[in-house]
Amino acid sequence: MELFKYTAHQLHEKLVSKEVSAVELTKNVLARVDAVENDVKSYITQTGDSALAQAEAVDAKIKQGQAISMLAGIPGALKDNICTQGIKTTCASKILAEFVPPYNATVVEKLMTADTVIIGKANMDEFAMGGSTENSGFFTTHNPWDLRAVPGGSSGGSAAAVAAGQAIWSLGSDTGGSIRQPAAYCGLVGMKPTYGRVSRYGLVAYASSLDQIGPITRDVTDCAHVLNIICGHDAKDSTSINTLVPDYTKALVNNVKGLKIGLPREYFVSGMDSEVERAINKAIEQLVALGAEYKEISMPHTEYALSAYYLLAPAEASTNLARYDGVSFGKRVEGNDIVDMYKKTRSEFFGAEVKRRIMLGTYALSAGYQDAYYLKALKVRTLVKQDFDKAFENVDVIITPTAPTTAFRIGEKANDPLAMYLQDVCTIPVNLAGVPAVSIPCGFAANMPIGLQIIAKPLAEETLIRTAYTFEQNNDYHKGFATLGEVK
Amino acid sequence: MDYEIVVGLEVHTELKTHSKIFCGCSTKFGSPQNTNVCPVCLGLPGVLPVINEKVVEFAVKVGLALNCEIASFSKFDRKNYYYPDLPKNWQTSQYDLPIAINGYLDIEVNGESKRIGITRVHMEEDAGKLVHSGATITSSDSALVDYNRTGVPLLEIVSEPDIRSAEEARAYLEKLKAILEYLDVSDCKMEEGSLRCDANISLRPQGTTKLGTKAEMKNLNSFRSVQKGIEYEAVRQEEILEEGGRVIQETRTWDENKGISLSMRSKETADDYRYLPEPDLVPIMVEPARVEEIRASLPELPDARKKRLMEAYGLPEYDAAVITTSKAMADYLDESIQHKADAKIAANWLMGEVSKHLNNEGISILACPVSPKQLAELIALIDKGTISNKIAKSVFEEMWTSRKDAEVIVKEKGLVQISDSSEIIAIVDAVIAANPQSVADFNAGKEKAIGFLVGQTMKQSKGRANPDMVNSLLRERLQSN
Repeated sequence: MELFKYTAHQLHEKLVSKEVSAVELTKNVLARVDAVENDVKSYITQTGDSALAQAEAVDAKIKQGQAISMLAGIPGALKDNICTQGIKTTCASKILAEFVPPYNATVVEKLMTADTVIIGKANMDEFAMGGSTENSGFFTTHNPWDLRAVPGGSSGGSAAAVAAGQAIWSLGSDTGGSIRQPAAYCGLVGMKPTYGRVSRYGLVAYASSLDQIGPITRDVTDCAHVLNIICGHDAKDSTSINTLVPDYTKALVNNVKGLKIGLPREYFVSGMDSEVERAINKAIEQLVALGAEYKEISMPHTEYALSAYYLLAPAEASTNLARYDGVSFGKRVEGNDIVDMYKKTRSEFFGAEVKRRIMLGTYALSAGYQDAYYLKALKVRTLVKQDFDKAFENVDVIITPTAPTTAFRIGEKANDPLAMYLQDVCTIPVNLAGVPAVSIPCGFAANMPIGLQIIAKPLAEETLIRTAYTFEQNNDYHKGFATLGEVK
Repeated sequence: MDYEIVVGLEVHTELKTHSKIFCGCSTKFGSPQNTNVCPVCLGLPGVLPVINEKVVEFAVKVGLALNCEIASFSKFDRKNYYYPDLPKNWQTSQYDLPIAINGYLDIEVNGESKRIGITRVHMEEDAGKLVHSGATITSSDSALVDYNRTGVPLLEIVSEPDIRSAEEARAYLEKLKAILEYLDVSDCKMEEGSLRCDANISLRPQGTTKLGTKAEMKNLNSFRSVQKGIEYEAVRQEEILEEGGRVIQETRTWDENKGISLSMRSKETADDYRYLPEPDLVPIMVEPARVEEIRASLPELPDARKKRLMEAYGLPEYDAAVITTSKAMADYLDESIQHKADAKIAANWLMGEVSKHLNNEGISILACPVSPKQLAELIALIDKGTISNKIAKSVFEEMWTSRKDAEVIVKEKGLVQISDSSEIIAIVDAVIAANPQSVADFNAGKEKAIGFLVGQTMKQSKGRANPDMVNSLLRERLQSN
């Protein structure tokens, strides 16, 4: 039985009805990992042994008739920038190749409390910088829908694992689109919650004011279930929001009557694939047919968002990554003196994209340039945020494509950072504004999945879930399973 | 040419909170290396800081005590620089929006009062400590890092360049230390580094207003160093200027043993710390009501206490000033007064015998073996005439070592003063009989001879005879002879 193809909520039913055991399910997924990992390369570290132990504990609970959480015994994957006690957390960087955290991220603690099963730590772009996993310090992950294509990034391993049946669900992190874009490329549901909704404690920082952890799942229902477990205030994260977390499954309502949708014309950029554009328009028509209203809106500062992001995120990254200096943890290359050691260590173990962003960020913060770059970018960020505030005075959700194209071929943009950056053009403004957004499958272009992005105001994840669920229940896009072949 | 010396002080003080500024680790000094550490203060990947509310409270207290405006909106920033004692390679500090600004501190030098401006007070984290393998940095081929101190909360208190002499600098620092001690926010131990001082020193021709090029002096580890260092630097700069030279903007370090300052590094180009608003902490917003609550909780500060001691107990200004410099000393005095000691006499004992003994043993008054109550009782014995001042000193000596009460010692050693005139007359008569030559000298008008006879009488009484009575009874007997 191909248990690995089911959703978490379907598998939960099978566990509680004792149709299958958690150990059987975990073994099924582990066997799938063994079968396809050579082709997909989702995982940096596999944790099969501890996964089986976790599954056994869940089976014991079921046997004793104890109630179990919706994710109990359901195998998942964690992006390798989420700290796991006793398990290597590398951020796909050679500089952290041997780093074993002595503590768990808050989300990991929550997942442990919910008795989930963790299959492994998923590949990513080094320190979450990139959109294809080609910037991983170790290897590139392949898109299960076409092994020649990238899975997107930076949470490419997390998305590929779910798409390939190597995990039922996963967590990624999203700084400029790193959950939504790979979810779109891999035909999955990926949500970036409101900034502060999920604790960042234990998420290795790329750009602290933009980073947010979120789920990648096969359908919207699973997304709601994962959110129920990972959201909430954390005293260890000063930026986490201290408001009650609703039961997101209550928002799984197949009804968009009266929903006001805004379609910002600025998001339909030049270079957008015409089939992507067609799929988005079709989705809007469908939602309108289901009772939603739609209007075109303008978000005039959108065009500056990308530039602002590539100053702000690198500026924060340049200080966040300063600690990888060979002194107290991580690898070291000896030098003639301490400065020489710093230089040699960082030159040797950071990849090209990480170095590029550290340089950019250092420059943007330097005396004499800070006003022109960093502070100007902060002002743009405020304007972008105001665009959203204004838009949400008139609409409930904003709908855009998640990315201008479907997954591109491995190597296609590897030497053109600007082309790579443009893949994030639709997702970045959301991080700058701190608002929540979800990407859901909305069709195929040349047999590759297309992602639809739905954006809502802060803490309106329930609106996202209702809209996404309604669209999903009236379509079949989420039901297809990746072929693990090559698209003709 | 006559030059005016211009000094501004940057003081760092470690706050005596139980836990560090951004994590729950202990701040205890002298723990085994790298035992007061956790993922947060070690700066491990993925950790986040959480502000210790006590640090904000202490900072507001200090700000208020220094007459500052308390910022209703304040924030932390990352001060970026690479150094191995800094695990994240940035120091979390406050840059453009510190917690307190625009205050002042009144000092007194040579009986003159002077107001020194306080530019700002800001919160920051301390760095770790490097332990070099060799005797000096340059002769070491490796260094180890002790992160116990990493994340211990610091306040940086920056003065305006209002200080015009080494004496003023010392007075400012002593006053600041007293205030911090009164607020009970810092141990202020310069030798343990919980109070550190850097001095910005420049000269300018008398009567001009433009600031000269400054040198920043570090490693001033005692009040004495601060004074000597500034004096030295003023002479050094004056010599350069007199020879037509130019003072270089630089950081210099004070060598206390050699009594000279040495150049550490040139600061001709400003450091670029690439300050970044700390994205992992939310802005600090202290409500006006909270500020007033903290203001109401402020203890009596040195100036108020000095005034009270003068007005309520008639202490001379000098005594009040000396004693209120140390909160513990003033507490001691207040407590002995509560036990009915005369304020002036208790003050004399404090500034005299008590301080002498404390200094000899190098201990703080907090560790004084004689309690304020015991001192009050000793003073009461003198007051009642039970013992003389002289005997009291030896009783104090005994109290210091045995920790017994004065009364017990006096009883045990039979030190009660003899004030019975018949008993004294018996001794006096014996002394007169035994010293005919002195008696003859006295009768011949040699007034000095009486001193010898008094001494002999006191000696015979083992010091217990009431000295006033001895004096008068001796004269009486000699004249009646």
